[in-house]
Amino acid sequence: MATRRAFLAGLAAASLPRVSWAEVGSPACLAAGKLGDEFVLHGLSAAGESLFEIGLPARGHAAAAHPSQALAVAFARRPGTFALVLDCLTGAVRHRLTPPEGRQFNGHGAFSADGALLMTSEVVAEGSAGRIGLWETAGFTRIGEWDSGGIGPHDVRRLADGRIVVANGGIETDPGDRTKLNIETMRPNLTLLSADGAVLDQVALADELHQNSIRHLALHGDGVAFAMQWEGDKSETVAQLGLWVPGSAPRLCPPPDDQAFAMKGYAGSIAVARAGDLIALTSAPAGVVMLFDGAGQWLATDQRADVSGAAAVGASLRLTDGQGGVWSYGSDGLASLSRNATAWDNHLIALS
Amino acid sequence: MLLRATLLSFCLSSPLWATPALADFEQTLSDHILPGYAAFAATTQALSDDAAKDCKADSLKPAFNTAYDAWVAVQHLRFGPAETDGLSVAIAFWPDPKGSGAKSQRALLLGDPGQLTPEHFPDQSVAARGLTGLERLLYPAEPLPADPCALIQATTLDLARMAKIINDNWIKTYSKTVLTAGDLGNTTFQTRPEVRQTLFTQVVSALEYDKDQRLGRPLGTFDKPRQERAEAVASARSLRNVLISLQSLRAMVVTMTPDAPLTLAGFDRAIKVAETLDDPTFAGVATPQGHLKVEILQQAISALTDTVVAELGPELDVGVGFNAADGD
Repeated sequence: MATRRAFLAGLAAASLPRVSWAEVGSPACLAAGKLGDEFVLHGLSAAGESLFEIGLPARGHAAAAHPSQALAVAFARRPGTFALVLDCLTGAVRHRLTPPEGRQFNGHGAFSADGALLMTSEVVAEGSAGRIGLWETAGFTRIGEWDSGGIGPHDVRRLADGRIVVANGGIETDPGDRTKLNIETMRPNLTLLSADGAVLDQVALADELHQNSIRHLALHGDGVAFAMQWEGDKSETVAQLGLWVPGSAPRLCPPPDDQAFAMKGYAGSIAVARAGDLIALTSAPAGVVMLFDGAGQWLATDQRADVSGAAAVGASLRLTDGQGGVWSYGSDGLASLSRNATAWDNHLIALS
Repeated sequence: MLLRATLLSFCLSSPLWATPALADFEQTLSDHILPGYAAFAATTQALSDDAAKDCKADSLKPAFNTAYDAWVAVQHLRFGPAETDGLSVAIAFWPDPKGSGAKSQRALLLGDPGQLTPEHFPDQSVAARGLTGLERLLYPAEPLPADPCALIQATTLDLARMAKIINDNWIKTYSKTVLTAGDLGNTTFQTRPEVRQTLFTQVVSALEYDKDQRLGRPLGTFDKPRQERAEAVASARSLRNVLISLQSLRAMVVTMTPDAPLTLAGFDRAIKVAETLDDPTFAGVATPQGHLKVEILQQAISALTDTVVAELGPELDVGVGFNAADGD
């Protein structure tokens, strides 16, 4: 298992120049996308302008941004066989991360607060048992892994105090093609890990919601807001939003009855405004975004085709869609910021 | 897209070719969407007028079915005014596996009549209202616990109210939103292709709804068919709704492009299968032969959906959304 001393030793060995985010225009967020037949990663300003564009060898899913250096880790889509550490100034691939034999990346990752450690959501290819892969960030070598506490972990977030929350989506997938293998018996959970990987807390949903895959997370107060994707009978109305403060039970936040089908049971991305007063959930299949207040009370449903990425920027929220649109979003609805030729992919990642 | 541009320039430069039949979303709006909602508004108003005069179930069934037909013919338009304030859900709340609509209606039948006033009825549960609510009152499975007359009148009035809101909003504002696609300041449709994409998405989603919900729910599995899960069984509209949906979607496609022959052939085939299926409530799924017949219709719609994606999408130069098609 990795020790802090090992990271520091690795850090000292680093010799590449350090470029700060300011030197690449201080992007507010990162977004992967598709331009023609090419896949790219952009840095976007708070006003929605593209500050840089870097080519990717294949479709990306999400990215993780180094807290201080202008480094982005772009994760391939599941089943993820690679992740790339990109220099956002030059566009160069600094490192190519390959999971160890028998492991696959599962879409997301997070840096420690000091940037010395990268944590990646992974599965054991056979059976989808969850792991958090650990990489030192001086040379981006593999230094260990933790048990994620469940099957099919997807999003992973670091709380302000250094503890880690993992959304174990519960879905076992075929190692080759993402086919879902255990929908009848799946059981997602939220797991809280200490900064050195010990399981501190774990909660699951009620039995009748065992098919509500917990997939995405956003920091919210002392805990997280989480977004779910319903794998059960489409005629049942279940919440797509939940709130969890470790140490207590998760609280689900369904919208009113007449909005119960508006998301088609699917939440693709979640973002919480920095003040904690607004939560946005997107559903590309339904072409809608839902807005909730900080307590999880529904406020509005707004239509936007193929809307998917969501992130907190400044006091409000940003959304991206598959037509290339970047939007400001809040209680006043959607306001167009920019439109790019790039079709924005699933996630928009805010820089902290 | 290229074809569209070529045809357009040829048209403009050739006075001999007088046919203006360049189907695009303007035509979908004028020939499909607006007449569809106008019919829904008119038929629900007629239903409400009838109910005000005579609320006997048997007298109202013809007007109920006419209004329901009109709804199914526009139900696939899941964007714009019908999706505002959850109206489409309140107009037809199905499926309702927990029976929440029947429960809420029972409470309304036995409760304070003040809840039925035009002022308060729109605040009642969406599951209790709309066409699905009205169906339970006109075709009760068992005797109702109280005289339903006032609730029938309130439900029909509410339906007409909702239909009028949608129709008025399309006429007064949303038509303009569609027609000004791509203009500066139009944040709903930032480009003209976005309208085509939205319409295309409606066709694909509606076919999936017919396949997975209207047919898939009663089909269940071969070993466990679920006839009781079919839509609108009490009024024997289960198959009729599929047929009207297919017919209306076909008519919509004709307004979207003059050049989707495989798609239209696929519609014709599915419509023919539906027309020759002699099983109005899909009760036949309980037998192996009957199950197979409904499955054949489902397969025809499935094949049609593939054709729509393969032919109509490229013809319109759009696809199912980048994220909608493949999230994670």
